[in-house]
Amino acid sequence: MAVRDYIRERFFPHIWCPGCGHGIVLNGLVRAVDHLGLKKNDIVMVSGIGCSSRIAGYLDFHTLHTIHGRALAFAIGVKMSRPDLTLLVPMGDGDALSIGGNHFIHACRRNIDMTAIVMNNRVYGMTGGQFSPLSGHGTMATTAPYSNIDQEFDVVTLATAAGATFVARATAYHVQQLPDILEEAIRHKGFSVVEVMTPCPTYFGRKNKEGSVVKMMDNLKTGTTPIGSKAKQENPSLIERGIFVKKEMPEYCAEYQKIIERAMKGM
Amino acid sequence: MGGELRFVQGNETCVEAALYAGLDFFAGYPITPSTEIAELMSSRLPQRGGRFLQMEDEIASICAIIGASLTGSKVMTATSGPGFSLMQEGLGYAIMAEIPCVIVDVQRGGPSTGLPTKVSQGDINQARWGIHGDHAIVALTASNHQDVFSITVDAFNFSETYRTPVILLFDEVIGHMRERLEVPEPGEIHLVERLKTSVREGVDYHPYLQREDGRLPMSDFGGVHRYNVTGLFHDMWGFPSENPRVVHELMRHLMDKIENHVDKMTRYREYFVEDAEVLLVSYGSSARSSLHMVTDRRQHGEKVGLLELQTLWPFPSALVREKARNAEYVVVVEMNMGQVLQSVKASVERPERVFLANRVDGTLITPIDIRNILRLIQGKGV
Repeated sequence: MAVRDYIRERFFPHIWCPGCGHGIVLNGLVRAVDHLGLKKNDIVMVSGIGCSSRIAGYLDFHTLHTIHGRALAFAIGVKMSRPDLTLLVPMGDGDALSIGGNHFIHACRRNIDMTAIVMNNRVYGMTGGQFSPLSGHGTMATTAPYSNIDQEFDVVTLATAAGATFVARATAYHVQQLPDILEEAIRHKGFSVVEVMTPCPTYFGRKNKEGSVVKMMDNLKTGTTPIGSKAKQENPSLIERGIFVKKEMPEYCAEYQKIIERAMKGM
Repeated sequence: MGGELRFVQGNETCVEAALYAGLDFFAGYPITPSTEIAELMSSRLPQRGGRFLQMEDEIASICAIIGASLTGSKVMTATSGPGFSLMQEGLGYAIMAEIPCVIVDVQRGGPSTGLPTKVSQGDINQARWGIHGDHAIVALTASNHQDVFSITVDAFNFSETYRTPVILLFDEVIGHMRERLEVPEPGEIHLVERLKTSVREGVDYHPYLQREDGRLPMSDFGGVHRYNVTGLFHDMWGFPSENPRVVHELMRHLMDKIENHVDKMTRYREYFVEDAEVLLVSYGSSARSSLHMVTDRRQHGEKVGLLELQTLWPFPSALVREKARNAEYVVVVEMNMGQVLQSVKASVERPERVFLANRVDGTLITPIDIRNILRLIQGKGV
């Protein structure tokens, strides 16, 4: 199918600012779903609150736009009731890892089959540029006018430690790699986490004097490197992208099916 | 009734009734004094192909049942005061998005951690006004296990009929007390099933467009109609809208669908009300003590009656006004600082004759407590 067959065209143009990377994530998701040949009726997209969460409204799936930080909790209810459906859960960085941090780590731990996409622009965009748990020490924000003293999470390390069985990082610059990683994440039978580094020129960029969107995109290009590259050895400050974790573990819905079978036999 | 006889806790009764009503999905988090509900669900639900989830907290629990409800499941969660506080955010979402679900609050003493193992009825107003924004709410209760059973089935029926969350406000005494229950036979109590849309695939489906009777037929997530569900004000397709007319109409709809059906949702019992000079108004475990006191004083020739409320919200004002019309004294018996008292005063003529008989020390109010307070009210001394 064509990309436009997956979107709700009547809601375009979208609300995202010029230069925002979220539309690129939307594009990558549609291409991944199309390549997998998934039927729209079999996909449920659950999102939280923030700029990122508006992605659900633009896509022609079953869409559940929930409350701040709680997308994964809603998604678990949907998935446990209908394990045959494909669950896609796009979230923002503050959404997934600040207010939703507890739900995030427990979803990782359960290894329930769904794909969590953390659209990491390092800022609360919808409320006007406050620092998030991904902003990092020394950054500027509307609530950190003298510079931010909060240390940041590393999404990949956190998800891995919490037990996610598929963990990857992509960027809005690497538009060819993004759908490939998302496709593999969706195909993975278990809890998949994909961090997508995406630029917010309106708030993070302006507050931190990162320059134009072109410059911010260039930072994603030059500041990242494939996992295990020689460049990383030479320059440890580079951020690695690619698939960090991919392992088989008992999947939650499949395990619960065994519980049902045991309970029905009276064991 | 010709059903099985059991000797069970109120919490167990609630579980039996939820299963009777067709419960498919339960998510919860351990908290005294409601935990037996989760424990029993974890054992009973998978036996019939249902699903039990122990979530990371009460916030996640209510969110999970809302998600499950959207796939067509009948869903429930159970908690107590502190957990009920955490659920308010999800409760508001379920009201706004019109998701059928049942939330049990087995009340304990509060505020905060309060009295975890002791009885209280302090969450009546939290059930009414715990969430932000204007809204209507349904909250039910009962004082004995036979009624706990039927009111729990009512809760599921109301939630499906009106596409709304329904709160069951039990208390620690009801939850933990054991007494006889006659489990109704299948089919003995009418069950309301999810109203599904008849709109065919390929035809525009409006998840938030009312039928003539005001009901909203649903389409299950995973079905042939793809639509949006949101906690924002939304149009008939479920998409966010800030159009003042859309906002106003949705607010009116959310209020009217409950407030216009007070009569259909009013459940109560009455004892010796007809000629009562003193009318007690009570509910839950304090209604048991009230009934004991009324029955005892009648034997002494005192004209005392009891109106036992089972529907607390929407408050049955017309019923209370009518039943209290001829009473010289109206005494609200409850285990809080006067939460239902305010609604009774607002409902009746001559509110100056309405008094409170309460206990707020974690101890069940006794028939003697009520009698002593009544004597003080009547100026007779204890």
